[in-house]
Amino acid sequence: MQNSGINVIFNNIGILLDGLGNTLLIAVTSLFISFFTGFGFGLLRMSKNRIVKLLTYIYLEAFRIIPIMVWLFSFFFFIPRTLGIDISGEVAAIVVFTMWGTAEMGDIVRGALESLSKGQIESGLSIGLSKLQLFLYIQFPQAIKRIVPGAISLGTRMIKTTSLVVLIGVIDVIARGKQVIERTKEAFWIYGFLFLLFFLMCYPLSIMARKLERKWES
Amino acid sequence: MKKTKKGYLIILAIMTLVIGLTGCGKKDGAVSGEGTKGKVERIKEAGVVKIGVFGDKPPFGYVAEDGSNVGYDVYLGRQIAKDLLGDESKVEFVLLEAANRIEYLKSKKVDIVLANFTVTEERKEQVNFAEPYMKVALGVVAPKDSSIASVEDLKGKTLIVNRGTTAELYFTENYPDIKLLAYDENTETFQALVDGRGDALAHDNTLLFAWSYENQGYKIVDGNIGSQDTIAPAVNKDDTDLLNWLNDEIKTLTAKGFFKEAYDAELKNHFSPDTNPGDVIFEK
Repeated sequence: MQNSGINVIFNNIGILLDGLGNTLLIAVTSLFISFFTGFGFGLLRMSKNRIVKLLTYIYLEAFRIIPIMVWLFSFFFFIPRTLGIDISGEVAAIVVFTMWGTAEMGDIVRGALESLSKGQIESGLSIGLSKLQLFLYIQFPQAIKRIVPGAISLGTRMIKTTSLVVLIGVIDVIARGKQVIERTKEAFWIYGFLFLLFFLMCYPLSIMARKLERKWES
Repeated sequence: MKKTKKGYLIILAIMTLVIGLTGCGKKDGAVSGEGTKGKVERIKEAGVVKIGVFGDKPPFGYVAEDGSNVGYDVYLGRQIAKDLLGDESKVEFVLLEAANRIEYLKSKKVDIVLANFTVTEERKEQVNFAEPYMKVALGVVAPKDSSIASVEDLKGKTLIVNRGTTAELYFTENYPDIKLLAYDENTETFQALVDGRGDALAHDNTLLFAWSYENQGYKIVDGNIGSQDTIAPAVNKDDTDLLNWLNDEIKTLTAKGFFKEAYDAELKNHFSPDTNPGDVIFEK
């Protein structure tokens, strides 16, 4: 049979890669933007201002407590309907994943900055560094080592969570895989292939994290 | 010192906002001119009709190797485009899941849903259904060697269903002693039966005729449970002109014998040879 065994992957490679493209588009774009917005959010979270503190706390908890699925539905169906606009599934997904990434990344950044010893900051201030210089030369270089492991794990989590986007009409690699399975009934090979693809997307991130950590240790 | 810090934080806050907003900024333009124009007119102006179909439900709506949409629902979709816009290629198929069909219509992300949509009272409150183009009842399949011979044998056993479908509703209301195991997507539902996570599976009979034809080792326990339902195109509640157009269209197509033609083209090879087309489609 032409559509049996491992051939099912080769015969359908076109649509599977098309789905992979959508998965990567959402994961990579959202991760990239969240890295920067998350930094800003992390600094905001360290503010002494009560209102800023409260608002950033609510924002973070909102993404921790409310399932991503609910956010996706809200941004794809309910908000556009209320506002009378149309928004594509890809855009809605990137917006939601970026907002989520910003919240989580912000918490990682805050944790890293707060974990630095007070002595570092005091010594910096005592030699006359400005707040900005203190941040750029003392806090940031030390914090980044503590940020990377958390950021990498956020990245792999985000890549895996993209499988939810099928419910807002984005045809990602998992949705494509399901279409092929329904047509060919070759669940084993397709799921195996999806396993391999997700491994190939996530494992390099882990290697990179380990390498960076080792480099900074020496 | 304190003041500088505050200023610094404000700048950061603004930066975060700006970056955040540019991220959100790419809206795909507003839903085009509602106003007094009817839906049919607006579709004609757009030159393309957006039809929601399934991508993982052969033989009704599925995706070919080259990524094109195929199946019985798609066949009807192309005919609708031909009759509405004069060209069967002037259709944009949007892939839906069972759980989001109503939302797609209510938020006007598609014009028509042709995704094996069974007409129910609950759904009628949310969307408008046109004249039906298919019949359906519920069915139950079980492994050939299982002791289940009728729906009554299912009491105390586990039945696999799709969340949000007619099957789940029917068994929840009429057979509270049957344990239900619900999944969101067809792929998962049927895989669960193959993996033995339940004793039997309930779904639309048409889908089961096709599935048990392809999967040896399973038997139809009952092919006609519950009241016979119909499957019809669905539209947004606001689009009464499109609803009227579809009603005329389905009547004309039925009279012309179009659905027999569609059955022969898309369904015949997927069902057991002894299936009576009259159980599935409305013949003229």
